[in-house]
Amino acid sequence: MLDFIARRLIAIVPVLTVVAVLIFMMLRLTPGDPAAVIAGDNATSDQIAAIREKLGLELPIWQQFGIWIGDILRGNFGESYFFKKTVAELIAQRVEPTLALATCTLIFAISVAVPIGVLAAYRQGSLFDRGVMAFSVMGFSVPGFVIGYCLIYIFAIELGWLPVQGYVRIGVNFWQFLERMVLPSLTLSVGFIALIARITRASVLEVLNEDYIRTARAKGLSNRVVLMRHALRNAAVPILTVIGIGIALLIGGAVVTESVFGLPGLGRLTVEAVLSRDFPTIQTVILLFSVVYVMVNLLIDISYTLFDPRIRY
Amino acid sequence: MSAITPEDVVDSASIAAASTKRKSLWLLALRNPSVIVGGAILLVMLVIAILAPFLGTVDPTRIDPAARNKKPGTEITYRLDNGQTAKREAIFGTDSLGRDVYSRVIYGTRVSLAVGISVSLAAIAIGTVIGLLSGYIRWLDGIVMRIMDGLMAIPGILLAIALVSIWRAGLITVIFAIVVPDVPRVVRLVRSIVLTVREEPYVEGAVSVGTPTWVLMFRHILPNTIAPLIVQGTFIAAAAILAEAALSFLGIGIPPEIPSWGNIMAEGRTLFRVFPHNIFYPGIFLAFTVLAINIMGDGLRDTLDPKMSKKV
Repeated sequence: MLDFIARRLIAIVPVLTVVAVLIFMMLRLTPGDPAAVIAGDNATSDQIAAIREKLGLELPIWQQFGIWIGDILRGNFGESYFFKKTVAELIAQRVEPTLALATCTLIFAISVAVPIGVLAAYRQGSLFDRGVMAFSVMGFSVPGFVIGYCLIYIFAIELGWLPVQGYVRIGVNFWQFLERMVLPSLTLSVGFIALIARITRASVLEVLNEDYIRTARAKGLSNRVVLMRHALRNAAVPILTVIGIGIALLIGGAVVTESVFGLPGLGRLTVEAVLSRDFPTIQTVILLFSVVYVMVNLLIDISYTLFDPRIRY
Repeated sequence: MSAITPEDVVDSASIAAASTKRKSLWLLALRNPSVIVGGAILLVMLVIAILAPFLGTVDPTRIDPAARNKKPGTEITYRLDNGQTAKREAIFGTDSLGRDVYSRVIYGTRVSLAVGISVSLAAIAIGTVIGLLSGYIRWLDGIVMRIMDGLMAIPGILLAIALVSIWRAGLITVIFAIVVPDVPRVVRLVRSIVLTVREEPYVEGAVSVGTPTWVLMFRHILPNTIAPLIVQGTFIAAAAILAEAALSFLGIGIPPEIPSWGNIMAEGRTLFRVFPHNIFYPGIFLAFTVLAINIMGDGLRDTLDPKMSKKV
């Protein structure tokens, strides 16, 4: 097992290296001189030259990459062109809303999607099943920001139950924090629920035809036990896999959702950085999200053994 | 954007087997109710896009300070070029610059469909070439697949956002930025088919009689990829339309001179509380179009890829 984890950890090194090279190359493809961007409109050519020197822009490209990667591994992500802070500080400030949004969404989406997926499979062909499938196609098709605005319109503007936008830090006031998390998490959950419910239904359907399910029924176990313990557990691997893949969807959705609800998170930071062409920030945020995505999928790979003892590494 | 759907994983062997009965399958696909319903809605959208100037629209970029922020159904007086005035009902209202939202939404259909179609064609073309080469040339395979793994490790919309930030915003930039994250999925699909098919007796037979490699690829291998690529292509188109809308909504996609559903919504954000129509009308069009493509894709997959449809 430890051996497997070590091998998997080593295997992600080339992937992340490729990601780092791609992200680094992207910056190099940009037209214009980063030094001129940092120096601002009124800089003299001497000042620009000094900044070029400081950033190491005169060095050969492979050396620049080496320095950049070395800095990142030491936790030095550079300085934001636009916010005039280190990128590390910026990210530390912005991480909480995104983390909170992702956690709430994951908890809510999984706890809704898995039961409705199981039930839809159990009652295959019923009205409920068709409803779940219809919802899942809708969930893939209606963009997050449209759902977000519909929810704002209904619950915040017409009914006035929840605040329209904004964020309160969890440490400041927990209830206000929770109030402001409800609509964004619901918004972000829709696509995720669609994805998970669909896969849950499909993989439980496949398992329900197995002999051991018939055996479990034959020995008189209740439906609930058969479905939850025997069927769901055996169907867990594809469900976990799709949750892992879905993290990419969640990250992409967070960018849009944070913009709709005015949450000052990393997604919003990405958009602000792009609008101000703040490349150190763009690079770091994208690298960070990619590392998170890869690591979550690694953890999920490892967790397969917990759900399916037949899987041995 | 590359929303990851269960369709990403396509069983190539079953499709390869199915392709022998290709003709009857296509007829079957055209009789599938999902394909008919989705295709019909899509056809309506296509007609709207083509006939946009004749559907009672005015110039979608025409700014009219006197008619700013009108609710749907307001009657607006227009001054024509010849100095006369004409009255016209703004059925979808106007935006904060007095532009007619109905006309913008109708013209926006053009952008969305153009993005959907060109992204899926480009992603399939590029991905097929890379996939064929990667599946067929052993030494290339390792390098190409590592690059594809790296590309897939960056969440699609973020990669698109990063690419958009490099170049000036515009239709071509946006299309390119959405194509790049979709390419690895096509590459994987095509490569997996090539790897299965190349072991088939008829391919080995063709090799043994000295068929040139390019004939082998076009006559024996490529036809096997058509059905799964059409299924994949519909889902790419749907995701691409959503991605364009998301980028434009965030203000980093199509510039506001070209009306697109996303940027109409972006402009509607500030006054959403008072004038929600600027977000709802383009939102409804967007959702309907993407829904139609997804329904059609589901139907196509059910008939062209029977093993997969049993799974999902």
